[in-house]
Amino acid sequence: MKAFTYERVTSPEAAAQAAVATPGAMFIAGGTNLLDLMKLQIEQPTHLVDVNRLGLDQIEDTADGGLRIGALVRNSDLAADARVRQRYPLLSQALLSGASGQLRNKATTGGNLLQRTRCYYFYDTSKPCNKRESGAGCSAIGGFNRLHAVVGASEQCIAVHPSDMAVAMRALDAAVETISPTAARRVIPIADFHRLPGNTPHLETTLQPGEFITSVTLPPAPAGVQIYRKVRDRASYAFATISVAAIVDASAGRVRSARLAFGGLAHQPWRVTAAETLLANASGDAATRTAVGEAVLKGARGQGHNDFKIPLVKRVLSQVLVQAMQPQPLPAVKA
Amino acid sequence: MTTPIPPQGAPQGPPDAPGPTRRAAIQRTAASVAALSASAQAQLVPIKPAPALMIPPAARKNPMSHLLTTRLIVNGQTHELQADSRTTLLDALREHLDFKGPKKGCDHGQCGACTVLVEGRRINACLSLAVMHDGQAITTIEGLSTPAAATDKPPTTLHALQAAFLKHDGFQCGYCTPGQICSAAGMLAEAKLGMPSHVSDDASGNLGGNQLMLTDEEIRERMSGNICRCSAYPNIVAAIREVAQQTGAAA
Repeated sequence: MKAFTYERVTSPEAAAQAAVATPGAMFIAGGTNLLDLMKLQIEQPTHLVDVNRLGLDQIEDTADGGLRIGALVRNSDLAADARVRQRYPLLSQALLSGASGQLRNKATTGGNLLQRTRCYYFYDTSKPCNKRESGAGCSAIGGFNRLHAVVGASEQCIAVHPSDMAVAMRALDAAVETISPTAARRVIPIADFHRLPGNTPHLETTLQPGEFITSVTLPPAPAGVQIYRKVRDRASYAFATISVAAIVDASAGRVRSARLAFGGLAHQPWRVTAAETLLANASGDAATRTAVGEAVLKGARGQGHNDFKIPLVKRVLSQVLVQAMQPQPLPAVKA
Repeated sequence: MTTPIPPQGAPQGPPDAPGPTRRAAIQRTAASVAALSASAQAQLVPIKPAPALMIPPAARKNPMSHLLTTRLIVNGQTHELQADSRTTLLDALREHLDFKGPKKGCDHGQCGACTVLVEGRRINACLSLAVMHDGQAITTIEGLSTPAAATDKPPTTLHALQAAFLKHDGFQCGYCTPGQICSAAGMLAEAKLGMPSHVSDDASGNLGGNQLMLTDEEIRERMSGNICRCSAYPNIVAAIREVAQQTGAAA
């Protein structure tokens, strides 16, 4: 780990200001991803701004019937919150399917959105990586790429975003609330928060320098059944190979509306409006499910080792839709 | 078949002159090896001063800027340490305060050997900076057992989980055991609060709550952050299951 100076701030405004006052400064919240990367010298902040004691650890009801989740709410507390479990079970399931009990006790809502890819080559500093060093090249293209993107990738980067929580939030139409070093506040819809890699894979979000996440809001709970299904290489404590977040409002064999978001496919939680439109006022039969899967994976391209993700995600989506249309949801299937 | 377990807290000599311990023996051996190699080096090449490469220019101007004072309440006792900002909670406990119970396994939050309780909640001590925990209460494996009297000398009363791990042979090499037991203590507290897991929550948002049953499947899921390379998992689950049933965490 490279040496750094340390500062504990007492307000969100001060946090944002501190982050631009020292070149090379970074925020630290849970630290479960940042310290891991600092030990490997992939991240080398010169100054850490500790935001753990800002009091942003509350979950509040909003006037419109949604929830405001403080940026410092720990993943385990968010997953256990009675309102989340009753109104947004998708989010609770996604959180509980990620990491371990110890990590969830530490990891925060804001930090989870900002966690970085687990691409092997991003972590291997002996190999070129455009995320670590712009223009260096991508070792995953033509290398081992079993966990990599099949949609939204570029010639510069085929990494995927590793978060489960963000996939659920994408389906729930969450919004990220921030404060800038000039104390300006803004709201970023989650759809606009994570970038695709393009020619700038080192830029992963639309946050500006020093901009600090204060909270994440959820709109009122949507109608319908919520399901998070994660496929991974072992039963627990592993990143998603692929995951499906579904909110399906259906009755008597007909779908009224559906929202679908996917993890493990792209550099951002993946959502395709055209696919959801196919399910509006539709029967949800096998032909429809196939068409929806094709629409989600439109333009998909495997990189060799990850070719299997394309048929896999279609099959898992189909199974999730069948489950969602059952009169009573089946118990969660462990994946 | 299990090997008989020697009585705990067996006398090792009078309190003022404790007998040899494994740690002391290793330290003495390591010290003499280091002394040997140092004297051999001295004859061959001059020992270089410690490189300043790790200290950026800003810090050289003010070498104190990376030294931070942190107060930790470890197992009920307040300790103050001055350490480099990079010091993890794990290194603060082991290297500065001499609590050797928390173990350094992977040092990347993947194995759970470093698990301690902070304000009663289990975390990976390797993935947290000591300074982030200034003023907080830390419980290590050393703090789970209860001293028999006012003195902290053995014999002590083992925590129920410690006793159960012994009874069920919940380890082989023992390296992961302090982390397993601290994690299990934190996990049982979470279960008592009705906190859900991946295997207990379902699509309907069933709250579980008091109905929460710590089945073997639940125990395995909730303990998945602790790796045992000896694969003592069946016995670890048996030990935790027994304590969960004793303490009512499993209902």
